[in-house]
Amino acid sequence: MAQETFQLFKLIEKISAREVYGKKLAEIGSVDDRIVVLTADLMRSNKTIDFMKAHPERFFNTGIAEQNMMGIAAGLALEGKIPFVSTMATFATMRACEQVRTDICYPKLKVRIVATHGGLTTGAGPTHYGQEDMAIMRSLPNMTVIAPGDPNQIGKVIEASINWEGPMYIRIGRGGEPVVYKEDYAYQIGKSITVKEGKDITLIATGAIVFHALAAAEKLAKDGIQARVIDMHTIKPIDREAIIKAAKETGAIVTGEDHNIIGGLGTAVAEVLAEERISCKFKRLGIPDVFGVYGEPDDLYHKYGYDSEGIYSSAKSLLS
Amino acid sequence: MADKSTIERLKDQACEMRKNMLKLCHVGATHIGGDLSAADILTVLFHYAMKYDPKNPKWEGRDRFILSKGHAAGALYTSLAMAGYFELDYLFNNYRKLDSPFGEHPSDKVPGVEIPTGSLGHGLSISTGIALAARLNKKNHRVFALLGDGESQEGMVWEAAMAARHYKLGNLVAFIDRNGLSLDGETEKLMRLEPLADKWKAFGWNVMVIDGHSIEQIVNAIDNLPPVDSDTPTVIIAKTVKGKGVSCMENDVNWHAGSIDAALLEKCCAELDEARKRERGE
Ligand SMILES: Cc1ncc(C[n+]2csc(CCOP(=O)(O)OP(=O)(O)O)c2C)c(N)n1
Repeated sequence: MAQETFQLFKLIEKISAREVYGKKLAEIGSVDDRIVVLTADLMRSNKTIDFMKAHPERFFNTGIAEQNMMGIAAGLALEGKIPFVSTMATFATMRACEQVRTDICYPKLKVRIVATHGGLTTGAGPTHYGQEDMAIMRSLPNMTVIAPGDPNQIGKVIEASINWEGPMYIRIGRGGEPVVYKEDYAYQIGKSITVKEGKDITLIATGAIVFHALAAAEKLAKDGIQARVIDMHTIKPIDREAIIKAAKETGAIVTGEDHNIIGGLGTAVAEVLAEERISCKFKRLGIPDVFGVYGEPDDLYHKYGYDSEGIYSSAKSLLS
Repeated sequence: MADKSTIERLKDQACEMRKNMLKLCHVGATHIGGDLSAADILTVLFHYAMKYDPKNPKWEGRDRFILSKGHAAGALYTSLAMAGYFELDYLFNNYRKLDSPFGEHPSDKVPGVEIPTGSLGHGLSISTGIALAARLNKKNHRVFALLGDGESQEGMVWEAAMAARHYKLGNLVAFIDRNGLSLDGETEKLMRLEPLADKWKAFGWNVMVIDGHSIEQIVNAIDNLPPVDSDTPTVIIAKTVKGKGVSCMENDVNWHAGSIDAALLEKCCAELDEARKRERGE
């Protein structure tokens, strides 16, 4: 789906993915009573409180006990429930990592982990940064890994997840992410979305960085560079075809993610290119394998070079 | 037992500390509710109980303090500033800035912070390790840890409780800030903790239950700790009020975290001053 991007800077609408998630969950909970929701003392933060109000008998706030929560979710899924489990990305993927791997992924259970505060979005320091989550989740067999390309997309992901087999890790931010999609579109797990066509270079981004990639493309257009922008919302299974096509047609790829440079989107794209024996200009942008410092997310994205300016200048130097 | 003037000094310091926490909360969002509930405990720890040298933060003989409920960073920063590790203005001017040592959760870039915390449940295990090292090194300092009550829902806390008693770490003292609230609401409604004192007793700990806003009772608990070389770690369950001292914040989870404007700051500080004056009988 192509998207008019020059209006981006005129009207940046920001919505909280957490709000969209909370509402959607309460809504689908009414039509599918297999859905149960768990959180670990964060329902006010991740908005699963909406589900609690609508379906209190299918809601479990386990207190601050993430490992126990994942284990309970596994048991519920084993008996045919569809658990949506929410906590911050860092605690979901690291505190409860082995429960996710061994109790959920190994028996291939239909558990949906919806993690908030992915990447550096809290600004609150490494204890609260989900900067390795996608790498960890991607390495678990059977796991599907998704980072919606804008705050509204989480609603589509939740809908699609009901008919998707096996465990899923879905990562959103802290809230107040810019809206990328102004009109409705079809969403499919595992199928990337080309939000802007271009022939000179491809910017592949995921999560909140899709917006920054679009903004970078707009700046590049002013310099006469036609950048293609791909919303790679599904990191695993990754859309190989779109990557191959982009490399062949544009000859240059920049990846952008709010995640450590190791193991996430950039790595996944590089794996496809290497295995397909495609040689093209290539640059990964993300957290440069450090523990992120404190600061506001936009300042941090700038510092580490994956905001719109960082993507723009990396694209320029890649092409020069 | 501390004399009356010591107690009065500590009460003045606790009042001062609360005002500093609120000033920080005006600079940027803090976990003000849990900062305020811990203010009296931290005042007694930093200005009565612990030995340390702010000019030499790594002094070997210091008592160690681990803020297991790391989100109360504002409480720790103001304690350290008032203890002389750095200037309060240095804190106020840098809090939450890009690349600052002072963020919403403590990092060891701040002098006096032993280890970064903020992911709940870790602190008692770390404290157990530090206390174990003191035993190995034949040192007689103590290790103090501060945990949240909601935090005590983490299984790891109880694994550490088992280990500290097993290794006979009488040099370890854990405070539980028992304000009855976590982030979402009341601990007893979310995931029951009671009977909490009995649980710790069953794990073999020396248990004290006190009013965590009574300076006298906190001082008394410190004065009655078992000797450092005893076999039994101590837990002090301090009954507290989240947001203590600021009426609009007390017992309200909406003040778990947030920031305040200048007008509210002024109002809160005036309320604290007023209460302290009344207490002094002025
Ligand atoms: C492992 C982990 N899970 C969740 C959180 C998010 N969180 C921060 S503070 C908090 C509530 C803490 O409650 P409590 O321990 O009672 O502290 P207090 O009420 O004294 O602030 C939660 C859930 C966290 N920091 N770490």
